[in-house]
Amino acid sequence: MSIKKVTQHPTQNEALIFERSQTGRVGYRLPKLDVPETNNILPADLRRDDDLTGVPEVSEVDVVRHFTRISTWNYSIDLGMYPLGSCTMKYNSRLNEKVARIGGFAGLHPLAPEEETQGALELIYHLQNDLCEITGLPGISLQPAAGAQGEMTGVMLIRAFLDQRDGEASKDRRVMLIPESAHGTNPASAAMSGFTVKTIRATADGLTDMEHLRELCNEGGVAGVMFTNPNTCGIFERNIQEICNTIHAAGGLVYMDGANMNALVGVARPGDMGVDVIHLNLHKTFSTPHGGGGPGCGPCLCSAELAPFLPTPRIEKNGDSYKLNYDYPHSIGRVKAFFGNFGMMVRALSYIYTHGAEGLKEATEAAVLNARYVSHELKDTYDKPFESDCMHEAIFSHKNQSKKGVVTLDIAKRLIDYGFHPPTVYFPLVVEGAMLIEPTESVGRADLDAFIEAMKDIDQEAQENPQLVIDAPHTTRIGRLDEATAARKPVLRWRLDMEATAKSA
Amino acid sequence: MRYIPNSPEERAEMLAVVGLDSADELFRSIPKEVQLGRKLNVTDPLAESEVIAAMETMAAKNTAATKPSFLGAGVYSHFSPTIVDHLIQRSEFFTSYTPYQPEIAQGTLQYIFEFQTLVCQLTGMEVANASMYDGSTAMAEAYLMAQRVTRRNKIVVATSVHPEYREVAATYTQHGDAEIVEVAFDETSGRIADLSVLDDQTAALVVQSPNFFGCVEDLKALADAAHAVGALLVVVVTEAISFGLLKSPGSCGADIVVGEGQSWGIPMGFGGPHVGLFATQEKFVRQMPGRLCGVAYDKNGNRGFVLTLSTREQHIRREKATSNICTNQGLIALAATIYMETMGKKGLQEVAMQNAQKAAYAATQIAAIDGYSLPFSAPKFNEFVMRGPRPATEILEKMRTENGVIGGLALSKYYASHDNDFLVCVTETNTRDQIDNFVSALNEST
Repeated sequence: MSIKKVTQHPTQNEALIFERSQTGRVGYRLPKLDVPETNNILPADLRRDDDLTGVPEVSEVDVVRHFTRISTWNYSIDLGMYPLGSCTMKYNSRLNEKVARIGGFAGLHPLAPEEETQGALELIYHLQNDLCEITGLPGISLQPAAGAQGEMTGVMLIRAFLDQRDGEASKDRRVMLIPESAHGTNPASAAMSGFTVKTIRATADGLTDMEHLRELCNEGGVAGVMFTNPNTCGIFERNIQEICNTIHAAGGLVYMDGANMNALVGVARPGDMGVDVIHLNLHKTFSTPHGGGGPGCGPCLCSAELAPFLPTPRIEKNGDSYKLNYDYPHSIGRVKAFFGNFGMMVRALSYIYTHGAEGLKEATEAAVLNARYVSHELKDTYDKPFESDCMHEAIFSHKNQSKKGVVTLDIAKRLIDYGFHPPTVYFPLVVEGAMLIEPTESVGRADLDAFIEAMKDIDQEAQENPQLVIDAPHTTRIGRLDEATAARKPVLRWRLDMEATAKSA
Repeated sequence: MRYIPNSPEERAEMLAVVGLDSADELFRSIPKEVQLGRKLNVTDPLAESEVIAAMETMAAKNTAATKPSFLGAGVYSHFSPTIVDHLIQRSEFFTSYTPYQPEIAQGTLQYIFEFQTLVCQLTGMEVANASMYDGSTAMAEAYLMAQRVTRRNKIVVATSVHPEYREVAATYTQHGDAEIVEVAFDETSGRIADLSVLDDQTAALVVQSPNFFGCVEDLKALADAAHAVGALLVVVVTEAISFGLLKSPGSCGADIVVGEGQSWGIPMGFGGPHVGLFATQEKFVRQMPGRLCGVAYDKNGNRGFVLTLSTREQHIRREKATSNICTNQGLIALAATIYMETMGKKGLQEVAMQNAQKAAYAATQIAAIDGYSLPFSAPKFNEFVMRGPRPATEILEKMRTENGVIGGLALSKYYASHDNDFLVCVTETNTRDQIDNFVSALNEST
């Protein structure tokens, strides 16, 4: 007997909104037009004549149910741990959301007169000071909209500095050294700034190979190095000062990717290590929400000698008031319209205020301890490629399971069945079948233990019944999606005949 | 710290498990000489109520946020339906990450797919990506993409494109081989003036419509001119509400449409976070920057969505990638999607019409004041330039301090020779009373 249901269960398929649309439905009401209407707004040839074909017509209730239903198909931090290495998915506090929505922040136009935006400028100024203190670097711009943009900004500062220092001769200094384990954004940003990339090898214990570094420096033309610390194997580059000295002696500068700053806040500062420029990810270390990918905010910080090249305008204090200073003739220019992702700055400052100096350090300790604990508890089950102490993220490979045909991706998918978001997989590239686990400080011991137990169970399944793992996930509303076919003939938007097109691919 | 689930006792136990005596030992791989060894010089921890109070004190100093305002210039005051902010605050959306694991990220992937579709429908283009940081960076990426597509380097851009967008594009391209040629606008019409610089070296003609002065460009003619020399037409749109009324750039022949989606329900927020739009023709899809979401099926034939065509991206192609962009503006794209779907076909048309009507009313009223005129003759949407009898900075400053009205943007900020001109924006959020008060304040100030 078939059951007629009044409501759709959320796990059932929710159509695309375009498939729900019904002619004549509306979800809005505007106030009545309160000015006399005129007929000659625009010449007909400039006006739209397609009646917005395809744009949905739905009621407010349709929209609310639509998004509420599809929301239930997402994993999120509020549901459980999200151990994506190098992504730092920590708790997003509701307090931060609340303060970012205060009318005086959310409703502020960026081109309003300086006299009437003093609070926003003050907030930016305070956050700048705190981030300078946290990194030990005196120059800062909060303009970059995301980590990759902060990184591009940093590399452009290096370029501008070298061009000024060396004049014509700087054209012979166009090599950027990047460890093979670096984020893909590093080489891409270097290329956008006109550098060519040379790759530095890693040692067997996961560190930058100093000998190779020196060799590359001796080849000449080195503009700088871009490295991540702790690196993407989760290990602190203990030769950091030597790396900096070597690069500086070769006439280059040191850029540090700040993606992993969650391991260092309150404990050690890049500026004290000899680093010249760094970017931070406010959406990682300072817990502003990623929201399905973004928005981010990627402040760029630098030494005093690079500061003249920072993007403008710069926000400065002048007596009792705050001002926008555009007068930096050597600036690399603007990297984003207006002042950056201000809403993220409000949240980050709220995070710093909430933690205070002790809280920031405590969070770092808790984050590193959690990763160390996972690293310790899983080392007998999963291959741990490096002996070194891990910092805020633990790295493993699939070596012990791949003999049975179970690879990293399978382990990741099986974790979903156990109720966890998988870690970062196949990154860094220096470890074959890498799994990079970053629990962050937002996970309690009980949850960590459950995760560890799940990982051990999966290993056991891999040894005894590998097909079970290979076919995972089993419990999600859809199974593994055929990404290869999706890329061969991409269907990137809804159309009436979309299904037919996709299936013929 | 109330955000840390482990108690001090639990942490002590865990330290013992990993074989350490103290938390300090966690950091033994960091050389002592680079350890901070002191407390950071930032605030002491504040209680929740104290954080709110500190933030409210700062916010209250942003007096511009509470005044009637006619500022636009790339950021617009529009009403956002209540459900937009409500729905984006669902944990499953705002505390999630980039959808790398599609089986447990279908919510995010589906809204991105809907976002891509809506951007295509409104721009009249075939494919759109999952969003860029903002309009200005989207335009910079369009410069780079046009160079890749045409294998040419000359970019011809109108000076009537948002000045800050042009600054950003200049920063992005300064170390490549782009040659950027700026073309002035016609002082009578306000439209781009002279296309004689287009030649067979030109990769793209870049125009904004409505342009920085609010003037609607003749995109069809511009597309023809660009295509005649084998160049692409890149159309920049800072006011996404205009799509509801104006002919879509795609239907006029645009090859790349970039823009800013802030008008779709996103707070002005002192300039960010907003959401960049990027759309183009299907044949260029592999040259596009940014994330893309596409349809995929599982082995049972269930439809789902995945991030796709990632072989263009930085994590695969490294220094040969189409761009270094790694994230998209997921949460803001979600807000924009909810806005567009709630307004729907009729709402997007009506709000566009109201903007145009109110702006037309305001323009007529102001132009009737002695000493004021509309210097540009081109058709307008919701922004227009007014020319006053005195330097605009003086007029606006007087009105701000005496009448409490923020009357627009003095063009001299970006265009030195336009001292007496100011840019006025009127949206559906400006009531007739506000417009009338603005007009009488200007009247008094003459």
